This record gives sequence, structure tokens and C-alpha cells, in this order.
Amino acid sequence: MYAGKLSGLELGKATRDAFGEALRDLGSEISELVTVDGDVGNSTRTEYFAKAYPERAFNVGIAESNMVGVAGGLAGSGKIPVVASFACFLLDNAFDQIRMAVAFPEMNVKLVGSHAGISIGEDGPSQMGIEDVGLACSLPGLTVVVPSDAACTRAATEAIIRNEGPAYLRVGRGKVAEVYPDGCNFELGKAIQLRDGADATIIANGLMVPAALDAATALKEQGVNVRVLDMHTIKPLDRDAIQKAAEETGAIVVAEEHLHHGGLGSVVCQAVCEMKPVPVESVDVGDVYAESGDPDGLLQKYGLTPDAVADAVKRAIARK
Amino acid sequence: MVAAAPSIDQLKERANAIRKLIVRITTEAGSGHPSSSLSATEVVTALYFGGFMNYDPNQPKDPKRDRFILSKGHACPVLYSAMAEAGYFPTEEIMTLRKLGSPYEGHPNMKRLKGIEASTGSLGQGLSIGIGHALASQMDNLGFNVFVMLGDGEMGEGQVWEAISCAAKYKLGNLTAIIDQNGYQQTGATSEVLDLTEFQPKIEAFGWHVQTIEGNDMESVVAALTAAAEVKDRPKAIVSKTRKGYGILEVLEKEGDLNFHGKPLPPDLAEKALALLDS
Repeated sequence: MYAGKLSGLELGKATRDAFGEALRDLGSEISELVTVDGDVGNSTRTEYFAKAYPERAFNVGIAESNMVGVAGGLAGSGKIPVVASFACFLLDNAFDQIRMAVAFPEMNVKLVGSHAGISIGEDGPSQMGIEDVGLACSLPGLTVVVPSDAACTRAATEAIIRNEGPAYLRVGRGKVAEVYPDGCNFELGKAIQLRDGADATIIANGLMVPAALDAATALKEQGVNVRVLDMHTIKPLDRDAIQKAAEETGAIVVAEEHLHHGGLGSVVCQAVCEMKPVPVESVDVGDVYAESGDPDGLLQKYGLTPDAVADAVKRAIARK
Repeated sequence: MVAAAPSIDQLKERANAIRKLIVRITTEAGSGHPSSSLSATEVVTALYFGGFMNYDPNQPKDPKRDRFILSKGHACPVLYSAMAEAGYFPTEEIMTLRKLGSPYEGHPNMKRLKGIEASTGSLGQGLSIGIGHALASQMDNLGFNVFVMLGDGEMGEGQVWEAISCAAKYKLGNLTAIIDQNGYQQTGATSEVLDLTEFQPKIEAFGWHVQTIEGNDMESVVAALTAAAEVKDRPKAIVSKTRKGYGILEVLEKEGDLNFHGKPLPPDLAEKALALLDS
């Protein structure tokens, strides 16, 4: 059973597919849009754009450092480059290039990391982007977005492309539930409240949003009312929503498909401590590299499930 | 602004003025890389004043301007000095090199200084950025050219070779890379640290047009840039063999330290260097 089903959500597209479609569709309207690819366009789905606009798509080969530098130069001459690769190869491999050619000079480059998280499955830990958000968040001025479903990804893709400045968008490989079957009212830096409740708040992003909704559904049957926030933008962070959650619900659970350090959990904890200290529990990959295996099995083994989120809520409430 | 074909003597005179600025501003700063700047002075002078680059200091964002990217960013004293001479900013301003609040930072920062095309200082990245500009020029038929200067030590970075193969793939005839082969890097002779000295056959093997020249000889530099401008169907490289600290070698040799990497001249030696450049 996929996360979100318990809450009545249908299984939808993978976020990488939604990204590729949105990019292709934006291509007709935004002539400055170009892609720079490190020979994984068929995986990241930039190939949708490349097939529609071959003259605006550059495949520079398996050379991520050069790929990011080329994008910086294209942006310097007025283009809006979208650079996509596996999250681990983009952020981890080309981090200094992102620092020097994108973040430091504030270039209008859109970085897209696909195959994020352990849910890529069988290809194993060398291909899993699980440090990417921490790396991206450490760079001044970089907008960092982790959308939860196809509609959210579509809206996020358009938002970061229309918003001047460097950005990182994280998408996943497998199909995820439709959190927003009727479309996503997306605003950069503004969390979306999916459920309200007074006992605790789950702050989630990516594929942990449907898991958070299932946890909230299950808890409601037990008489526990939980607020659920989709914190799709990690930077700039919606500190107001976090402060409100801390003040009004008194306990927070952060759920993300990322290492324990550096991701959403770290930034939420910092914000909570600075504004309104309340108990925070984390549901994440931990401080380990995962392994090969089927995606559902991996999510179970590493504790990224609705049950794990519900247990964390109980722990957080107990610490109030 | 394309200068009307100056004579070799006029360019040499300009190079000398730029050299004096390099010595003065780094000594005033008490830090910086004069020797890495001095080796590159003829090439930078020829680019800015020899009619090889189209630019207007009053319109530094003109989409059709030619781009110069200093990938060996630590040599920015030569760039700031040449740009001051070209009229981008008043010469006295660059005396604030490396001081708190000054846009003339220790390495080029495009966010703080007009006319800087890439923020550099982490070696090996400038050529990739140059490719991005060159691709944009071709896409929009803007016709501008891109010049990237790299150091020979910097050629140890793998990204440079990624970029060399990438530029060849896209047949970037509007891209010229100049390798300032001054023979020394931070800890010693480039030939001893990582020996990549035979650049011409290596880069030619990727499909580039390559020339090797005496890079402190203005006539050779102008001839090479002229020849490179004629080649339109593939990227061009000029391996520019130079001497670190060229122009004030007599002063540096007395110190018995031919590398002199990242060291400004103390005031007394700077006086001697300036006197030598004036003679």
C-alpha cells in the first residue's frame, strides 16, 4: 500500500515526470529557457524539453562540474538554464561549481536534482541524493524547494523559473500519491496547511507529505488531532507557520526523506529554538547510508512510513 | 569601443603602465599576486587595447560586448589595472585593492564590480563559464567573442579538460582560451607539481586550433590573437609561455625566489621595481 491511500489519495505521477512536463510546457512561453544536461536527461525528464526544443538543450556529457559552469555562463548572457541531474551528482559532485558559478554570483540558474532519497530503490546508496538539501541550504541566496506531488511540482517548477535568482528543486523517481488532485495553490516560501489540529503539527515535505496525512488520519481515529503542513520550500523557510504551529499545537514532528542532519529537520529545529521552543521529533533516513532494495521495503526498513510518523507524534506529545 | 589598431610600441607602453599599477596596488594592499599578474600582462594588454575585444566601459552589460574571463582569478591585479586604464573606473580607486569595503577584492567578484564577467578564485572553472557565454552568443546570433585566461597550474583541474572536450563538441569558434604558462604554481615549478607542460598536442587532440607563443613578447601575442581571430570553425587556444614576474625579474632575482607566488613586493623592492619599469 502506498502512503496516502489511507487518506483517500490516488496514486499519481512521479514528481520528475511532472517537472519534465512543466519544463516542456514553459518552453513555448519562455524563450530564454535552456537545459544543460549531464547525460541523464532521459532519467531527469529534461528530455521532454530537449525533444521539443533541441536547439536549446545541451548535453555536455558525464561532466557535472563543467555542466554547472556552462549553466553559469549561459545565465551570465541572459539565458535561464535548467541544470538537471541525479541529486547526488548535481549537489555533491558539483558543489563548488554551484557555489562559484551560481550561488555566489547570484546567477539565474535552476538546479534540479532528481532521484532524490532512498526511494530510488534498487540502484542503491551511491545513487541516492540524501545530503542534497543540506548542501543546498548551506548556500546563501539559493531557494530550495522539495515538492510533494505532481501538481505541487508543476507549480514549483513554474515558480522557480519565473522567480529571478538561483534555485534548487528536488524531485523523486517513483510514483507518489496526489496530495493536490485539484491543483496546488503554490507560493514560494509559504507552507500549505493540509489538516488542522491542536495536539501536534507534522511538518513534512516530498513523499513524506502523504505519509504525514495517513499518520494524521490514523491518529484522528485514536482521538489525536494533528495539524499537517507541507513545507515545500525549505529556503526561504516559512518561519511564521512554524512559530504558529509551535505556539498553537505545542509539539512538532518533522518528516523528510533526507539524512538527519542538514535537511528540513535541522532548519525547523533551529527556527523552533529561536522562536518558541517545543518538543520536536524527527522522521528521516537517520545518520546512515541506506542500501539497495525495493523502494517500499527501503522506506519500511529505514522508518519512513505513516506508522513511524504517528509514533513520532505520540512521542512529541508525551514530551509536552 | 575598439581601439584603432595601436602600434606594438604603443601596446608595450600600455603594458608598462599596467605593470606599474600591478606593483603599486599589491604593495599598497600588502598582499596579492603581482608575479602571476605580471606574467599575463602582455596578453591582457593586447586583449583590451589591441583591438581584439569589443567593449564599452560605459555599457558593461551591452549584450554584444566581448567577454573576458580571468579563470586564474588570483591574477586580478592585472585585470583591475587594465580595466582602470580602459576607463571602467578611476585608477586611484584600485589602490583600495583587498581593503575592507573595496569592490577590488582579492579575487574577481562580478556582483561588486562592473565589467567582471565571472566570479573566480576557485581554479578550473572559468572555461566552463566561458562556454556558456559562447553558446549564448551563437544561439542569439550576437556575434560576440569570449576570451578565457587560465593558469598552467590550473590545468591540473579535471574540469578544464571537461570544458575542452565540451567546447570542441559545440565547435565554439567564438571561444579563445589563453593558457598563461608561467611555469610556477603555489609550491613550486609546475613541471614538478603536476607535469602537464605539453599543452599544444593535448589540446589539439581534442580538436582545437592551438598556437604556442612567447607570451611576454607583444609582437608574438598580437600575431597569435590575430591568427586566432581568423579561425571561426572551432575553439582556439593560445599556449602563452611567460615568466612569472616578467618586467621586474631583475628585482625578483635578487631575492633568489623566482616563484614569488602570492607575495607582494615590500615597499623598498617595489620602489626598485617601479624604477626598473621607468627605465
